[in-house]
Amino acid sequence: MPLAVIIMAIIYIDKKPFEAKAGKNLLETCLTLGFNLPYFCWHPAMGSVGACRQCAVRLYKDENDTTGRLVMSCMEGIRDNMYVSLDDPVARDFRSQNMEWLMTNHPHDCAVCDEGGSCHLQDMTVMTGHSYRRFRYPKRTYKNQYLGPFINHEMNRCIQCYRCVRFYKDYAGGKDLDVFAAHDHVYFGREKDGILENEFSGNLAEVCPTGVFTDKTLKQHYTRKWDMTMAPSICQHCSLGCNIIAGERYGELRQITSRYNSEVNGYFICDRGRFGYEFVNDVTRIQQPLIRNGNTGQSLFENLKTVLSAGKMIGIGSPRATLEANFALRQLVGKQNFYQGIPEHEACLIQTVLETSNGGHVHTPSLSETEQADVVLILGEDPTNSAPRLALALRQAVRKKPLDNASQANIPAWHDAALRELIQDEKGELFVAYPIETKLDELAAGTFRAAPDDIARLGFAIADCLSDAAPIPLRMDDHVLETARNIAAVLQKAERPLIVSGTSLHNVDVIKAAFNIALALQTDQRKAALCFTLPECNSVGLGMMHAPSLDTAMEDVDADTIVILENDLYRRGAKQAIDGFLAKFKNIIVLDHLHHATTGKATILLPVATFAEGEGTLVNNEGRAQRFFQVFMPKNENIRESWRWLDEFHQFCQGKMPDELNELDHLLEELVTVMPQFKGVETVAPPSGFRINGQRIPREPHRFSGRTSMQANVAVSEPKPPEDTDSPLSYTMEGYRGIPPAPLIPFYWSPGWNSGQSLHKYQIEVGGPLHGGDPGKRLFHEDLVSKAGFQDNIPCAFKPHNGETVFVPVSHIFGSDELSVYSPSVTSRTPKPYVMIGRQDAARLQVTEGDLLNVRIGGVAMDLPVKGSDALPEGLAGIPFNLPSMPGLSWPCKGTLTLLKP
Amino acid sequence: MISLLRTMGLTFLHMFRKRETIQYPEEKVVLHPRWRGRIVLTRDPDMGERCVGCYLCAAACPVDCISLQATEDENGRRYPEFFRINFSRCIFCGYCEEACPTYAIQLIPDFEMGEYNRQNLVYEKEDLLINSEGKYPGYNYYKVAGLAAGVKGKGEGENEEPPVDIRSLIP
Ligand code: SF4
Ligand code: SF4
Ligand code: SF4
Ligand code: SF4
Ligand code: FES
Repeated sequence: MPLAVIIMAIIYIDKKPFEAKAGKNLLETCLTLGFNLPYFCWHPAMGSVGACRQCAVRLYKDENDTTGRLVMSCMEGIRDNMYVSLDDPVARDFRSQNMEWLMTNHPHDCAVCDEGGSCHLQDMTVMTGHSYRRFRYPKRTYKNQYLGPFINHEMNRCIQCYRCVRFYKDYAGGKDLDVFAAHDHVYFGREKDGILENEFSGNLAEVCPTGVFTDKTLKQHYTRKWDMTMAPSICQHCSLGCNIIAGERYGELRQITSRYNSEVNGYFICDRGRFGYEFVNDVTRIQQPLIRNGNTGQSLFENLKTVLSAGKMIGIGSPRATLEANFALRQLVGKQNFYQGIPEHEACLIQTVLETSNGGHVHTPSLSETEQADVVLILGEDPTNSAPRLALALRQAVRKKPLDNASQANIPAWHDAALRELIQDEKGELFVAYPIETKLDELAAGTFRAAPDDIARLGFAIADCLSDAAPIPLRMDDHVLETARNIAAVLQKAERPLIVSGTSLHNVDVIKAAFNIALALQTDQRKAALCFTLPECNSVGLGMMHAPSLDTAMEDVDADTIVILENDLYRRGAKQAIDGFLAKFKNIIVLDHLHHATTGKATILLPVATFAEGEGTLVNNEGRAQRFFQVFMPKNENIRESWRWLDEFHQFCQGKMPDELNELDHLLEELVTVMPQFKGVETVAPPSGFRINGQRIPREPHRFSGRTSMQANVAVSEPKPPEDTDSPLSYTMEGYRGIPPAPLIPFYWSPGWNSGQSLHKYQIEVGGPLHGGDPGKRLFHEDLVSKAGFQDNIPCAFKPHNGETVFVPVSHIFGSDELSVYSPSVTSRTPKPYVMIGRQDAARLQVTEGDLLNVRIGGVAMDLPVKGSDALPEGLAGIPFNLPSMPGLSWPCKGTLTLLKP
Repeated sequence: MISLLRTMGLTFLHMFRKRETIQYPEEKVVLHPRWRGRIVLTRDPDMGERCVGCYLCAAACPVDCISLQATEDENGRRYPEFFRINFSRCIFCGYCEEACPTYAIQLIPDFEMGEYNRQNLVYEKEDLLINSEGKYPGYNYYKVAGLAAGVKGKGEGENEEPPVDIRSLIP
């Protein structure tokens, strides 16, 4: 970001002077200053176009001007000595009449509209004082479209603000939503009925100020915003850790919306995160403890006690369990008996990522920083499918780069319409190196398709071009060298270069190569940013515990009891191997919330809380520790956070009886003492004793309904609301109604602002950080701590081997994540298993699309239909990563393909 | 002294006035139609459930004694999956009726709901729904709303233009 000097200006609003930042528009300034000025088409992340005419104010030439003129505040930049009036009767009337015009065609739908109660249009209507309709004539109508399992369409409600297409097409790069027809008949939809293709379509529900686009999964168990019990939460479905708000009613999770964090996800989240929540409501959840082959006459405690005190015990952690849970397990079994629940290869990948990011050599950018990059190189990663929100951020980087020159043209950064006109099709430079086509290719200045090893070699070659100190890959192809030189030349010129890589290809050399490039780009003036995506939501947190991998446990462990924490081992390796491993143990204690192959083997199975029913801390890909809070009390008292169970086991081992158990209080403090690398996690959110004016922060809006009736069918006397002993949030509607500290914001609401647009009241300035600073704490070091310089061990070039195929895992936004696929909406978007082969291999095997191939990988055999790819190089085959319907594989893997005779 | 006698006189005269006390329950109380008593859920003129599950009554209720869950039929018509009023909490203020955009929920002139067991004052939808339009005959919310939910097609409601042809650019 070119360092903009912040110039303060004095503006006069209704004759009172205010300080304002030059370079902002008048609308956002008024909102920042706390004025309630209505608007529709302007969006803090998308800028102004002046389409809705709702934000009119009167602007005067100078102090003495009494006539002035009406202007749209969103299209007016801040100047020193500006005289404006919001209260002016003419401006007021204009806004009110504009609203009345917008409402002439708006249907009488509020009662059956899912937006109601969090509707920006309702709010603005009330704000402008247009409370009664005078229009008595026919209203325009439209037919709706089927838009897939995520989004519902009700076009009658549109007020033509154009926000939807501006988000979908311009911001998120979608192709299949557009505006049709003309004049007062414009229509926002698809060319014909069909699934909205873009991975960020869910944001339409938040971006559209009306009920045209709404969350279809919410519709299936519809609850108004005011009736939900909400808590600040963290998305569990990839390593980015987007901030979300989760809402519950009647013991079911009902809705996920994005929670603003200016450094992480900003205003938006992806569809996996928004719609993947329904695993929490799955009817097949583990509800009660289960004891197999135990002494059934005994209580759970007695059984547990026998097992826990008998012989040696090992613990298998999990990258999708919280820091607290993994630590509690480590405390229970002891440091030397605690293993990461991931294969050696993955552990090694994550270790490499941690060493490079944590060494202080290169800069690990936050998600919002990635939006500011001027040149981006994606080395062996497909963010759209493995860390979707990152792909959206990279789109902004590419889109914003040409704007660097806009300041010379004297166009302010918020003037979306003019900027688009100025930059036309110009783009920032993005390079993508990946074995197959990726969605971001359409933006790329160059793509490079090769085997993972060759991608690593390309990376090493680029680093070599950039720095003399970098190791030199030998025997490079000329055209690859040429590509490397070109990319290096562009990177060299960049001011804010960004290298994106990750673990998707399961290739450690790719990660090392990415590090080398970033290191080679590093100069005193320029800090190169290096961003990695990781497999799961707490991969980094688990990795930072530096425990041996699952393979180590499988090789040389001899114990009686194994405790498996929220982990399906059968997804992490071949069935045979896992079967053999589990057969070694007399007792298998499994803690999880959903049934899977591993829970099937448990001798003691314990139900645990999902993210919505418990509290915990996760560390995301940039080393940011973030806390999520309990949204609702689990269905029964046996469903509890894993860390609570494990800590109780620990106390049982020390001879405590169930009625003497201590409440757990200082787990995180203990964690920091034992593992100082986590220093800071204990401060990511205020402690449970935190109060404002002696009050807790309510999870329920003040209009929450049905308190004396919700459970009256069970018993007419209302039970006492549950008490939360772990956080400062309460399970009532009473409590502190002001703006809570950022990590504790359960929902956005402000008087007159019922919709999510009330968010600006929570920000220091519109689009800026939240009051008191954004939540989360970075644990990575930014100062130099490691001496490790350039990485060598450059792999050999990949050569197709006759008869043997190298498999590359193909990530899918809907399908590759373990939990989100339990949501019916996400399941319906999950691909069927397939094997992807390139053109040469298809010709060699004489197969066409859809033919069945027998795929053998180690002991695993599957018959999969062929999917052709123009990009995939010879000798490689792609297999969808971690689809629930496919057997577990241990990556990276090789195998054979044979044609099935029909 | 005079006032004392005057009071006694007045009291005496009352003996010849019309009686206010009635012999309840043999004799029934005459209540006005807008008397706020037992709450019912009414039906549309076409006898469909009127309640669209909008939650406004629940939000308006000052004692929070209404709870419901909205659901939809195959045409997208919304109705309450369950609808519960805890009459042991209800104060018969009528706010729910006032908030209801569909005239579904109505307070009727009936107060005879005494129970020995408080639990029996919890009414479910079966207990609330009546086969009548109640005080507001003729109103059908879905005819005036824009939504097509099986009651009318798009553009066929009251005061609606036919659906826009989105392929047309003619002014
Ligand atoms: S968009 Fe808003 S104003 Fe329009 S019907 Fe829906 S809730 Fe009502
Ligand atoms: S559909 Fe929504 S976002 Fe799009 S123009 Fe209409 S009101 Fe605006
Ligand atoms: S990008 Fe990742 S963390 Fe963010 S919403 Fe999507 S799945 Fe969740
Ligand atoms: S206000 Fe009327 S339509 Fe809405 S939920 Fe209550 S009874 Fe049903
Ligand atoms: S917000 Fe200013 S014209 Fe729409």
